[in-house]
Amino acid sequence: MKNRNAILFILFAAVLATLPPFLNAYWVDVLNAIGIYAILGLSLNLIVGHAGLFNLGHAAFFAIGAYTAAILNTTFGIPILWLLPVSALAAGLFAAVVARPIVHLRGDYLCIVTIGVGEIVRIALVNDVFGITGGANGIFDISRPSVFGLTIRTPYEFFYLIWFFLGVTIVLFHFLENSRFGRALNYLREDEVAAEGSGIPTARYKLAVFALGAAWAGMVGLIFASKMTIIAPESFSFWESVLMFTLIILGGAGSIPGVLLGAALIVGIPEIFRDLANARMLVFGAAMVVMMIFRTEGIIPQRPRVYRLEETPGEERP
Amino acid sequence: MEEFFQQFANGLAVGGIYALIALGYTMVYGVLKLINFAHGDLFTIGAYLGLTVLAALGLTEFYGAVIGVLLVAIMIMGMLAAIGAVLDRAAYRPLRESPRLSAVVSALGASIFLQNLVMLVYGARFQVYPLDILPSTAVSLFQVDIPVVKIIVLAASILLMAVLYLFVQRTRIGTAIRAAAIDQGAARLMGIDVNRVILIVFLIGPALGGVAGLMVGLLYGQINFTMGWTYGLKAFTAAILGGIGNIPGAMVGGLLLGVIEALGAAYISIAWKDAIAFCVLIAILIVRPTGLLGERVAEKI
Repeated sequence: MKNRNAILFILFAAVLATLPPFLNAYWVDVLNAIGIYAILGLSLNLIVGHAGLFNLGHAAFFAIGAYTAAILNTTFGIPILWLLPVSALAAGLFAAVVARPIVHLRGDYLCIVTIGVGEIVRIALVNDVFGITGGANGIFDISRPSVFGLTIRTPYEFFYLIWFFLGVTIVLFHFLENSRFGRALNYLREDEVAAEGSGIPTARYKLAVFALGAAWAGMVGLIFASKMTIIAPESFSFWESVLMFTLIILGGAGSIPGVLLGAALIVGIPEIFRDLANARMLVFGAAMVVMMIFRTEGIIPQRPRVYRLEETPGEERP
Repeated sequence: MEEFFQQFANGLAVGGIYALIALGYTMVYGVLKLINFAHGDLFTIGAYLGLTVLAALGLTEFYGAVIGVLLVAIMIMGMLAAIGAVLDRAAYRPLRESPRLSAVVSALGASIFLQNLVMLVYGARFQVYPLDILPSTAVSLFQVDIPVVKIIVLAASILLMAVLYLFVQRTRIGTAIRAAAIDQGAARLMGIDVNRVILIVFLIGPALGGVAGLMVGLLYGQINFTMGWTYGLKAFTAAILGGIGNIPGAMVGGLLLGVIEALGAAYISIAWKDAIAFCVLIAILIVRPTGLLGERVAEKI
């Protein structure tokens, strides 16, 4: 089973890697957007899908990472990829500080507070907080990433950067999911009181998963900033958070293939209906409702872990 | 001091509107434990339908301002109640037994759908309400000029809230709503038709939200298809502030939020106005996780 998954993953990666030369730049850009949303979705999936914490403000962490990278890159000229750990740290620390007082709140309360945090961050960016975020205009002239002296410019080159990052994320998160930490998170989601009772320090785990998810989103923020070379607050609005949240639930919360499919659908559906122009968001909204009604658990739900007790001969089950 | 009272009065008028929208959130949440994200868009629809009806009928010159607006308000409440019932049937009822997260996504989808429906029907630009409907005079109170429109809006909000409170506390249907809010299963065993209770909640909430939309149109004269989102979020904040599921809580939360926001905009910064509401929310939830009037309930032990 394990081997089959690995083979499938490598096959899938190989097919994707050979794909771009056959596509025009527009569709490669769509694939890039899918890749970015997939990584964001996977990072949020740790928080929402595994730990069961409603977070509708994930765009805030994405924004912190993007702005950290943009500010340091444009003022000090530090090569953008060197800033990956800095962006991750900034977003992760911010999340840990913000989550500390609110993480114990009940589901829907946490949901609305994370929306609030997202909005506060966006308003702070618009209001040019500390005079470094560039206000509503944002930050310009962010440099392109360069790998081994090769500068990445075209959508085709970005495709490999983004999907490589996605591949790394999938592999790491796959192992994380099956680790002690990942199992503890799932336990926490199913029954917090029982988890606490069986010795899982729930508060610490919640903080850790919030910080980890945020750090990952921060790194995607950096990639996004260097791809666009311009960032502005409107790229980090509440609707971005909604899209990230939706793609997880649509695809199947807690399941990596589900999140990937969710990202493809969330970015793909509006693109497919581009001809409908204004009506496409209408279709999109209706599709969200219909999908939830027909696939309540998401399209590819998380497979429940099954443990079987060996029956010893002669002993009867109660 | 005059400035203070002026802002206080402004805050109360907006707060009354927040409170009206918050009532819809709080009732739906109380019974279904679902954040009806589409509620803000029902508010927008109320504002747009109000404009259409006002323009189509030109009632104001004919019957006198207040009666005209009253008639329009009643029509809007009727229409929105119908839309609310359809919304429940289409987007929420099929998901009654599903995990909470899918219902949240369905609500978000319904919100996107309704918002874009309004945009397609009415266009993306700001629409202007005729400003001569209600008298534009101002009453002088404690050396502060308060426009009559604001007084009417606040009075109407308080009246509607009082009627709703009495309805929920005194009537049989109100008792059924309260029972379903406490425990749906037990309510069903007592012979309450829970689906009917939910339907009633989805008639009342949107009706109040729609009237709030009409009020915003009359108060500010300008409406936009995206405004439901901001008002909806503020109103939900108000509902949580007061303790969600609690009708007096929604009223107190709404009025309080309106006043805090108006004072904050005046004395701190207008640019941070929208952030102030959320800062207050976070501060209150840290101190009192169940809101101001919410009861402390032990969760699954």
